[in-house]
Amino acid sequence: MNKQRLKAKLIKYFLQSCGSLSIVIVLLIFLFLFKEALPFIGQPGLTELFHSVWNPVSFQKEEFGLLPLVTGSVLVTLLATVIAIPFGIIGAVYISEVASAKEREFLKPFIEILAGIPSVVLGFFGLVVIAPLVKDVFGLNTGLTALTGAVLLALMAIPTIMSISEDAIKSVPAAYKEASLALGASRLETIWKVVVPAALSGIIASVMLGMGRVVGETMTVMMVTGNAPVVSFNPFTSVRTMTATVAAEMGEVTIGSDHYMALFWVGIVLMLMTFILNLVSYRVLKKYGSERA
Amino acid sequence: MTGKRRSEKFAFWLMRSITYVVVIFIAYIIFKILINGLPVISWNFLFSEPEKSGAEGGILPAILGTLYLVIGTILVALPLGMFSAIYLTEYAKQSKFTQTIRMAIVTLAGVPSIVFGLFGLGLFVITLDFGASIIAGSLTLACMILPTIIVASEESLKAVPKYMREGSLALGATKWETIYKNVLPYALPGMMTGSILGIGRAAGETAPILLTAAAFFLPELPSSVFDQVMALPYHLYILATQHPEAQKILPMQYGTALVLLLLVVGLNLFAVIIRIRVRRKYKW
Repeated sequence: MNKQRLKAKLIKYFLQSCGSLSIVIVLLIFLFLFKEALPFIGQPGLTELFHSVWNPVSFQKEEFGLLPLVTGSVLVTLLATVIAIPFGIIGAVYISEVASAKEREFLKPFIEILAGIPSVVLGFFGLVVIAPLVKDVFGLNTGLTALTGAVLLALMAIPTIMSISEDAIKSVPAAYKEASLALGASRLETIWKVVVPAALSGIIASVMLGMGRVVGETMTVMMVTGNAPVVSFNPFTSVRTMTATVAAEMGEVTIGSDHYMALFWVGIVLMLMTFILNLVSYRVLKKYGSERA
Repeated sequence: MTGKRRSEKFAFWLMRSITYVVVIFIAYIIFKILINGLPVISWNFLFSEPEKSGAEGGILPAILGTLYLVIGTILVALPLGMFSAIYLTEYAKQSKFTQTIRMAIVTLAGVPSIVFGLFGLGLFVITLDFGASIIAGSLTLACMILPTIIVASEESLKAVPKYMREGSLALGATKWETIYKNVLPYALPGMMTGSILGIGRAAGETAPILLTAAAFFLPELPSSVFDQVMALPYHLYILATQHPEAQKILPMQYGTALVLLLLVVGLNLFAVIIRIRVRRKYKW
């Protein structure tokens, strides 16, 4: 009997340690980002990071201002979100409230495929199809712009926004809809004035999760945004995002150099941005879930 | 038909069009890569080494490299994710600790892939001194897809009805016997399909292996887990952006893109088909 109890205990502890692994990994990520980045504080100093020039390889003066990278990421992310919102939300409403069951069974997995396309393939498609298109349509010198990146990133955010918004819409109690229809409202009025407002917090959370995905996206933006580290809010200029900077430059730096540490600071900023976006949307979705349950 | 009805019809039509714009766009991407990539794919393309730094020859080392990385990732992430899910659904009580685990899973799911790359570089490549290698890349990718596997496995475990557990416990089986013999067999197909989706993601990711495993060109195939590898997504990235004659070797790029797409979409379709089958088979 005792042996059996011991075995049960051991199994439990083993499973528990596997369960805690996620916590350990998150802590390790923060630990290693800071461990590699920390010496930067002494020399060249944290204030360096707040400058507006990113010029890490220079014989005169190396500059590690994160500002152009942050604005690059923010510009691309906002543009992508603005493009993705109508498609994502209207698509979700259409799939859950308007489409027939058969249509839904086709649409859902099909759009899931989009979520599965590797970012490097999407970037390649952007390079050979979207970039020349942007160049010709807007008469630019190069098609590698913030807008090009945003179009492709919108495509990545759409499945996230759609599937989570759809869950939110589906969890609106049928009684709301029935009451509205019984009072003489049309289906359209019921959808936009009752169902969508009731699901709004979930929809907002879906948009934030989509943004989190877009901020962190690397390969696509590296391939199509032109990678010019300038502070700009013009969608038709080339920009360089934080993710692309790390991916493009990490291969060439000396381990432990100022440049190397600065790239880890970029990683920290990136981690914090997505962490906050995810935390807030998780809270919203959780509150939302418990209200309905 | 009243005006109200007509405007409703119009609005629904508009919503449908907007949804189908996305569908058509996806179809176009796939079509474009298919039509340009298919003529390139041949026995020689799939099963020979690249020549003239990728301008000619095949992509065998990149295909093998991606397979090695994926197998390594599965070996690490699948058992850990499944055990973790078993703990969360079968053992964990509502507590601060459990909540912290859930919070960590959500956080992990949102970490940008390039940050996983930095983490893998700091921990596996430098601190543990694996160097850029299959093992460092696989471990990094495993951390990345762990949340997907945990969440999918949990859902599938939760779908097994309570009475399956109660019946077994009532007959005197221990908790673990119950889980092992009466829950896992039914949950396993669902756990697998969810995990395949995560594995598809690992196969297509470039950013993490850029810093931890991938090399553009290697004269020999890797001989141990501590060797660098070529990988399909990285190969495509280099051919499309870094190659001096990128414009001229467009067919090679399309071919590589198609093989990668087939691999990832193929995995996803496989998962969807299993899911539909399993749903039909087990209905509670």
